[in-house]
This record gives sequence, C-alpha cells and structure tokens, in this order.
Amino acid sequence: MPMATHCSDRVLLNDWHVVADGSALPANVPFSTCLLGVDLSISARNDGAIRIVRADTGARVNSVQRYGFLWACLGKPERDILYIPEADEPDRHLVSGGSIAVKVSGLRAVENFLDMGHFPFIHTGWLGEEPHTEVVPYKVEITNQDEVLATECKFYQPIASPTARKGMIVDYIYKVIRPYTVALYKSNPLQKDRLDVITLFVQPVDEENCVAHPYLCYLKDGMDAATVRSFMQLIFAQDKPILENQVPKRLPLDPRAETPIRADAVSVYYRRWLRDRAVTYGAIPAHA
Amino acid sequence: MLEEARNRWHPIASTSDLPHRHVFHGQLMGREFAVWRADDGFVNVWENRCLHRGVRLSIGINDGRELKCQYHGWRYANRTAGCTYIPAHPADAPARTITNRTFPAVERYGLVWSAEEPIGEVPDIAGLAECDLLVLRAIPVNAPAGRVIERLKAHRFQPSGKLDAADGEISVEAAQEFSIALRSRYGGSETLAVFFVQPVDSNRSVIRGVLDHGVQGAGRIAVLRHHNERLSALRDLAEREAAAAPAPAPIEPVYERVSPELAELPELTTHGRKAALRVTVSKKWPAADGIAGFELRPVKGLLPTFHPGAHIDVHMPNGEIRQYSITNGPGETDRFVIGVKLERDSKGGSKCMHETVREGDVLAISEPRNNFPLRRDAVKTLFVAGGIGITPLLAMAQALKNQNLAYELHYFAQTEAQLAFPDRLEPLGNALKPHLGLSPEQTGAALRELLSSYKRDMHLYICGPGPMLEAARAVAAEQGWPETAVHFEYFKNTNMIDDSSSFQVALARSCVTLKVPAGKTILEAMREAGIDMPSSCEQGACGTCLATVIEGEPDHQDVYLSRSERESGTKIMTCVSRAKSARLVLDI
Repeated sequence: MPMATHCSDRVLLNDWHVVADGSALPANVPFSTCLLGVDLSISARNDGAIRIVRADTGARVNSVQRYGFLWACLGKPERDILYIPEADEPDRHLVSGGSIAVKVSGLRAVENFLDMGHFPFIHTGWLGEEPHTEVVPYKVEITNQDEVLATECKFYQPIASPTARKGMIVDYIYKVIRPYTVALYKSNPLQKDRLDVITLFVQPVDEENCVAHPYLCYLKDGMDAATVRSFMQLIFAQDKPILENQVPKRLPLDPRAETPIRADAVSVYYRRWLRDRAVTYGAIPAHA
Repeated sequence: MLEEARNRWHPIASTSDLPHRHVFHGQLMGREFAVWRADDGFVNVWENRCLHRGVRLSIGINDGRELKCQYHGWRYANRTAGCTYIPAHPADAPARTITNRTFPAVERYGLVWSAEEPIGEVPDIAGLAECDLLVLRAIPVNAPAGRVIERLKAHRFQPSGKLDAADGEISVEAAQEFSIALRSRYGGSETLAVFFVQPVDSNRSVIRGVLDHGVQGAGRIAVLRHHNERLSALRDLAEREAAAAPAPAPIEPVYERVSPELAELPELTTHGRKAALRVTVSKKWPAADGIAGFELRPVKGLLPTFHPGAHIDVHMPNGEIRQYSITNGPGETDRFVIGVKLERDSKGGSKCMHETVREGDVLAISEPRNNFPLRRDAVKTLFVAGGIGITPLLAMAQALKNQNLAYELHYFAQTEAQLAFPDRLEPLGNALKPHLGLSPEQTGAALRELLSSYKRDMHLYICGPGPMLEAARAVAAEQGWPETAVHFEYFKNTNMIDDSSSFQVALARSCVTLKVPAGKTILEAMREAGIDMPSSCEQGACGTCLATVIEGEPDHQDVYLSRSERESGTKIMTCVSRAKSARLVLDI
C-alpha cells in the first residue's frame, strides 16, 4: 500500500501544529522541518520575528508562537490553539520536555501516551513495577467539547515523579484534545489535591514519522525545571524504542487489526473517534 | 514468481542463529518472523507482531518456555503460540483463541526452513548428507532473488582441499528458481556447494550456502573466508546491477485479521460438554501411592493453549466424564499431564482410569477450561494443597517459578510416598513445604501458622478435600485474609442437592422464557430449548456453567462461588443452583 505523502484531512490541514520548540531554534540559520509531508523552512530574525515558508512552493505558512513553541497551519486556521488553564498558574514550571523524533505514526505515539498497561514493562522501577500490573476498570467518555476523556484511572507507581519518595497509587486523567494532541493529569506527590499536567503536542512529520513535543506544567513545590525536563526525557526515551518497533507503523483503525482488552478502553474510544472524524493521515483506514 | 514462492519452503535462518533463549528476526517475502527455540528444542516461527499492539516479538523475551512481549508482558506459549497471560488483567484467564499466527518450521541442512503456505516437504538435495556439512555465513544482498541466482550460475570457488590452487573447474549440478548446486573440481579434490537464495523482499535476498563436507580446525576458517570473499564479490556485482534497474515495489505482507469476537472484549464461548480433542495415552505411571500419572499427546495437530489452573474433561471408555487439572508447567505444550487418584468409593471414574485405560489408548477430552485462574501480580502467593489437590497448584507453582515470582507451596499428605509428581516437585526447591502425617488438629495448627502472615497484595490458592478446604478458608478469614485474596477449587460438591423447587427462567439476551420443573436443572432446561451453554463437572464445583443473574433470587447449591459472590446474588451455577423467587432473569 503506497504511503500518502500529502495530507487531505481538512481537520488536520486547517489546524495548528507545533513545528519547533522556540527555545531550541537556532538564530540566523534556517531550520528545516516537515509537517504533514510538507517540507518547511523556519527562519528566526534577531528581533524575534519568525517566518515559515514551504520548501516546495516558497509560499508563506501561517505561524504563531505560544507556550514557548512555534506553531504552523498549512491551510486556513479554523480554530485557535488549545487553551491550557494550568499554564496561567504562577506556581508551576512551564517547560518543554524536548522535541523527540520517533519513527512511527504520531497516532501510535498518542495511543502509547494513553496507555497504563505498559508502565511495569517499559518504565520499570519508575512508573510501574512487576508484579503490580493490573489495570483496574476506569471510565471513558466523549465530552461536550468533543474530546476523549478517561477518568478514575489508577496505577501503582514506584517513582511517579521526581519528587516521589516512595511507591504510591497514582490517579490519572487522560484527555485526547485533538487527533495529535493529548494531555494527562496526574496526582502531585506533595500537594495531593492538585494535578501535574503534561500535554503532548505531536507533530505529524509524515504518516510514519512524528516529533513529540511534551509541554510540562508541573508544580514548582520541591522541584526545579531541569529535573522536570530530565524526568520527561528519561520516560520518553524508554518509550521510543518500543514505538519504533510497532508494525505496521501507522495506526490501524479496523477493529479487527489488533486485539484490545478492557485496559485499552480509552484506545478503543480514540480509534473510533478518529474513524468517526475521518482522520486518515497516519492511520490505516478501517475499510482498507 | 513470488506468488508461487509462497508455496515453497525457503531457508530463513541458520540453526546457529537460534542460540539458547534468543529470538531471531527472520524475513521472507516482505513478511517478518520471530524465530525462537524453546528449551525443549522446538523451533517456533511466528508472525513478528504481538496481537495486542503490533510490537515486534523479535524484541521480546524467550524464557525457554514462553515468549514474552516487551510492551505489555503478554506471554505466548511455545508451540501453540496461544496467549497464556495478560498482566493488565491478572484475575482473568485470557481467551484461548488469542493465538499468534504460526508458520511451519523444519530444520534441515543446518538451516531453518519455513514457508507461508507450503506444498509438499522441504526439498531433498542430492549429495547433501545431513550430518557432515559446512554452513557458510549468510550473505544478504540488496537485489532480487532471480538476479542473484543468475549471478550464481557464473559463480566460481575452489574445492575445500585446494583453496590455493589454480581455478577449479565448475559444473552446474542443478539449478532452480531459488537454489543452485555447483561442484568445483581440481586435481583429485572436489566440493559440492548448494546455494539457497532466500527472497527477503522483492529487492532483497540472502544467499545461504552449504558445502557437502565439513572441515575441521584452522582449515575451516580458511574455507569460510574463501567463500565469504567470493560471495561478497558476487554481492557487489548483483547490487550494482540491481541499483541500475528500476526497483520493484516492496511486498506488503497481509496481516490476518483477528476474529470478530476478539475485536470486542471477549465473551464466554458457548458450547456444551463437548470432547473435541482426541489424545493418546503416551505414558501411564505411578505418580505417587494411589495416584496414576497420565501423559496425553494429541492424535494429530497441536493441543490447545492451557493456563495454569485449567482442567480438562476426560470422557472415559465406560461413558463416565471426569475433570482433571493439567499439571504442566509453562511451555510444555506438546502434551497434557494429569494425575488421577484411585477413589475407594469410585463410581467408575478413577477406577476406569486406573484399571482399564492403558498406554496407547485413545481418549476423548474437552478443550482446557480455566475457572481457577492464577493472578501473577501478588507480592507473594501461597498455595495450600491437600492430597490430589496438588494438581492445579503444581501447574501454578511452576508458572510462578518460571517468572521468578515469590511463592510457597504447602503440600499436606499422609506420607512422603503420597507426594505426587516428585519429578515436578523437586525443581521447586525450598518453595515446596511438605506437611506430612498431620492429624486434623495438627493440620489446623499448621494452617494457622502459615496463614498468619497476611500482607496486602498476597494471594492464597487452596485445593484439596472438602473438610481441609473449609478449614483453610475459615482460618484465612480468621487471620484477616480478605475474601478477594482467597481462591479455591473443590474436587466435588458434597452438598445434598435439593431440586424440588420449580420456577421460571427468563434468558434476557436470547429472549426466551423457560419452565424449570422439579427434578430438572436450569442447564438441562436450557439445553432442551436448544440453548448451548458450556459445562463441565455438572455438580457445582468447577465454575464452567456460570451465568449472570439480572433479576430474582438464586438458591445457591454449588461450592464454586465465594460467600460474597453468593450474597451479591448476581451469579449462579446453572448446573445445580435454582431459584428462591418464582422467576429468575439471566444474562444469556
């Protein structure tokens, strides 16, 4: 099956996508990247102005900076970049976790982000540990804002966060906000009534490649920004080799392509949600 | 060409690619394989993706008996490729039908052969003996197989005994689509080399050469190096040619879809007391005083995947049906081993097994069913076995041992000679704690002591005679073990069954209402109405015919459900239990 190089999903073409971490952009040297199969050249001037052009046509691409990232929209923006209320709270670190290229469809990366079952096997000693492997039932729904929301998720974690001193049952909430954007909220080990937030902006480079840009809103209490960032990188580095060994690289939307179990309820919803919204880029459509 | 190639056997690895506990990444015609040898010698060739999320199984862990996926720890059994454990749901036995796609494997000429859909056998190669061969290093080539074969027709090499002589004389002994046999002669020396070309993809191949005679000592390295150099030169040429030609499209492997019932969360399969399998009694031996061991091997094909705790129905020559637990450890998938105790008051079951059934007999058995599943997320697991109750617990203990999980197996028996399956007990080492010759009072004291140490996330599994089981459950409750941590299996239901009531049963999903008169069970009434329902012991002990109650009050007469399960009123064993209310609505 030939891989589509260009995207025809309007919902993706007319949306904003992160294409670079602003703090990592080189000054005065154009930075090349790729979004939805389109090569882009990004140049930052000394005065901070940013210009993104398509390598194929030379046409200028819509761009904007927010949350420290550089965003691009290849079509006509139909909605604004999502709003993260926690980013307005002064007692949080707001840092990027680094931009990590992964040779797999970004949809697979989103699904992995939603998955608790792999913690004991991939993040052994940090986010999980055998024999504590059970994924207890949780709730999933589609919200009024058309998001996939999983609540009442719980998992035993030996070191849930850089400030965790002992193993604890951690509460999670997951939210798929856009096809390539997913957030998780997890209990803070020190302020038990508040949640740390990680939003994962996945840049679909092409159908089988992505760059994951995690955006961390962690409570500052007991922690410095560098620690938050390095913890995220530790965790993501554990996921990367597994993601790159998924076959096929694109996410199959046919319910019979893979075998879901109860622990995968949120992925079942996510795949169905993608199917219902006719998202095909990075997916193997159900009828194929 | 490649269409036909699917029906042929191709080498996909050297036997030396499968060292102890390794998983080899094999490829054939665009398809990837996970190739691994279990400790019992069996070579598994599987589709290289876990059925769950498609992660390559070639990065998984071969523990000698099972292959464990890296991503979520799913375990797949040697030989059958059936999933035996899903860690995210430790209390459930996985659906037996979660089975990876397997491909045939044959070891021949120092190579591992496989095929997508083979017709016939692995080819016989004239001039290649099985024992004295030299397998050359595999040479991958970025060129189509056909082009490589064309190049090989003009390939030159020296006989092994005359590497340094002038050019040997080459004759083509045989040439086919994917193999070619060349003989090199010089002076009195000659060597036959057979080159198999493995079509990895439309534009990639591997040359696997085999020489007709082994070479010992330092000469061996020289011969290998000679062929390496010659074949590498051939590769360069073939790759230059291939690079100049338009590249053929890569072959897209077709992945089989999983069955529709697995695409949604699996429901119980519905079948009655069927004995779909035929097995031969390959071995019968005294496994202990009064206990006969039986090794059952399939008459044809493979046995289905089993999980620790599972039992089979054995249909005996005299028409009786009895349940026996499988004692096998993980990965022992070529046979089922059961233990049968001769009951003094046998009504023909154990007597028939002991006295009538012999080695070589064929028996009908059911597929394995697991109503006594083993969790593997405990910080420590205690097993308490009484007498022949050892059998399911033995399978469980071997599974935990294989995963290095903490457990103790407390085995109560009268004498050492009554400890069954010593060959399986011995490897358990110190985890085995025999308790011999104890009176009922002493047994109670021993149970109180060993159950005194309950901690969160510990689990207890009990199997044994009724009175001992009752005692152990009572002691566990008294020592603070929560009911959810105590798992048990009775041999039989010794309750007097009162079947005098009559009532109505509505089957919600089948949209049928049945009358259950006195003297008839719910199960029988359903079967008469043509509703298929799995069952096994049919006396309220094994758990197979469990149904969910939507409405009405059950009259429990089984020994399978725990107290809280009974009190919840949401479950019923349809083979013995009845209704206290006039009407019962079941989710069937």
